[in-house]
Amino acid sequence: MNLSTKKTLLEVNNLKVNFRTPDGFVTAVNDLNFTLAQGETLGIVGESGSGKSQTAFALMGLLAGNGVIEGEARFNEQNILTLNEKAMNRIRSKEIAMIFQDPMTSLNPYMKVGKQLMEVLILHKGMSKAEAFEASVKMLDAVKMPEARKRMNMYPHEFSGGMRQRVMIAMALLCQPKLLIADEPTTALDVTVQAQILTLLNELKDDFNTSIIMITHDLGVVAGLCDKVLVMYAGQTMEYGSAEDVFYRPTHPYTQGLLKAIPRLDADDEYLSTIPGNPPNLLHLPTGCPFQARCEFAQDRCGESMPSLQEFAPGQLRACHKSVDGWVA
Amino acid sequence: MLTFISKRILEAIPTLLILITVSFFLMHSAPGSPFSSERTLPPEVLANINAKYHLDEPVINQYFYYLGGLLQGDLGPSFRYKDFTINELIAQSFPVSAEIGIWSFLVAMLIGVGCGVIAALRQNSWWDYSVMGFANLGIVLPNFVLAPLCILFFSIYNHWLPPGGWNGGAWPYLVMPVIAMSTSYIAQIARITRGSMIETMHSNFIRTARAKGLPKYRIIFQHALRPAMLPVISYLGPAFVGIVTGSVIVDVYFGTGGIGQHFINGALNRDYSMVMGVTILVGTLTILFNAVVDILYAVIDPKIRY
Repeated sequence: MNLSTKKTLLEVNNLKVNFRTPDGFVTAVNDLNFTLAQGETLGIVGESGSGKSQTAFALMGLLAGNGVIEGEARFNEQNILTLNEKAMNRIRSKEIAMIFQDPMTSLNPYMKVGKQLMEVLILHKGMSKAEAFEASVKMLDAVKMPEARKRMNMYPHEFSGGMRQRVMIAMALLCQPKLLIADEPTTALDVTVQAQILTLLNELKDDFNTSIIMITHDLGVVAGLCDKVLVMYAGQTMEYGSAEDVFYRPTHPYTQGLLKAIPRLDADDEYLSTIPGNPPNLLHLPTGCPFQARCEFAQDRCGESMPSLQEFAPGQLRACHKSVDGWVA
Repeated sequence: MLTFISKRILEAIPTLLILITVSFFLMHSAPGSPFSSERTLPPEVLANINAKYHLDEPVINQYFYYLGGLLQGDLGPSFRYKDFTINELIAQSFPVSAEIGIWSFLVAMLIGVGCGVIAALRQNSWWDYSVMGFANLGIVLPNFVLAPLCILFFSIYNHWLPPGGWNGGAWPYLVMPVIAMSTSYIAQIARITRGSMIETMHSNFIRTARAKGLPKYRIIFQHALRPAMLPVISYLGPAFVGIVTGSVIVDVYFGTGGIGQHFINGALNRDYSMVMGVTILVGTLTILFNAVVDILYAVIDPKIRY
């Protein structure tokens, strides 16, 4: 796919998210850069605590009160990180919508599902109640909710986890946003439901021509859905490129480790391959590459300086001192 | 819902019976009798009085006499106020306390919830600290201090309000009792509302509401307030009973003639039927308002169905 001909929807430049904590500044996201074209899907992959979700919250303006943002995120040529709350509210859900990790708690348990859907349309589209009702039913149909009309009058606790995530997806797509941020949308669901939700997202992104940022720690999800992949570790970009390249030609030791750790049905392995050790404490990041302590190729220079993110092949970037086939001089 | 209500009514009967039985025997096991503190009566007169009130019979017989009267809605004659029955005394004083109580309740609800919500939304701000400061003051300041301070300020220094009396519940007579009565409740409600509102505002579904682009006031009023009210409501049930059954402090300081005075006088005078009367009243109201709280819970929380 030739990415350059498509219109750029989102351009994130040097995004930095810091949190003021009693123990000092914690940098959750460090100098993140990526671009997303219309209709494109970007996967952000990484372990817990790698800054994936904070990236999403920063883009939505939903960071916790002690979060501080630097850098810019140009959405349709407008830096959305500096918008005030009122201006941001015109973008939320209308232009950029978000699906959250935990469908069990993300819907208001005290409000009928129908009302929660309708209020989005009444707010952003100025619809009447009757119009909003019909449009919501239609959207529930689109996310393959059985008996959509009847379910409008039900409360979230009357839905299963998968059904609630369908409601969340329907809610996110009501205004046909240009960008959908999905923060681990399948993590809380069981495997068969995960597959259904992913299939659904895959179909919907084509139907609505929506760009998606898919945040996940599940590389299988990325493989099935994404055009581009950004691998994050300790708030930093390790590798960034097309999904195909990152999957079939991973060059960063961390990506390689992640891919090796996927259990395979066809292999006769006795042990599950893992990356030894734990992610570093963000309060006391080591100098140099944050992955060095767990990297089997680590050398002295890895502890001295953080490798810069460099394009080593067209559209493929990585931050590692080890060259694709050997060491960079 | 109807089965729930009828079930609660049926449950109330044994609860009340246990309450009546325990308090009756406890009261009679305490030393002294209604007439022991008066000037020494000739033995014959005392015997006559005791016979009139069945005090010469075994306690168990007295208990059944009392239950018999109760079944006919008769709380018995007062041992103290010779020409009054307990029914008459309660009918006279309870409406006074109830009026003070309902006003105090409304004031406490409005100010308490309002302040709690503001403090929660401006957490750790100047607003928050002043609301919580006031709340702590309201809790530690006893109403027997507050009541005379009110009288000093409103009646003695400024002559704005009559220092006491009732006058059929005209509003100048209501203001100070309501202040004295509601202050600690305002404080409690503000504290509970604040805590619960802070918790609700951090929940995932509020994050969803924010991601929808809803303006703040709609997030607060349509999404957050209902769940945040649940702990407040469970506090309000018992608090409402306490507030409408009045306070001896208010009755004594402001001479309102509410039911609060009967709690203390009944006990001090060994006015057996008065003690029983107010016990039954408070017990019944407590059971009633706990049921009301349960019903309100079901109204607010769709997960609760009876």
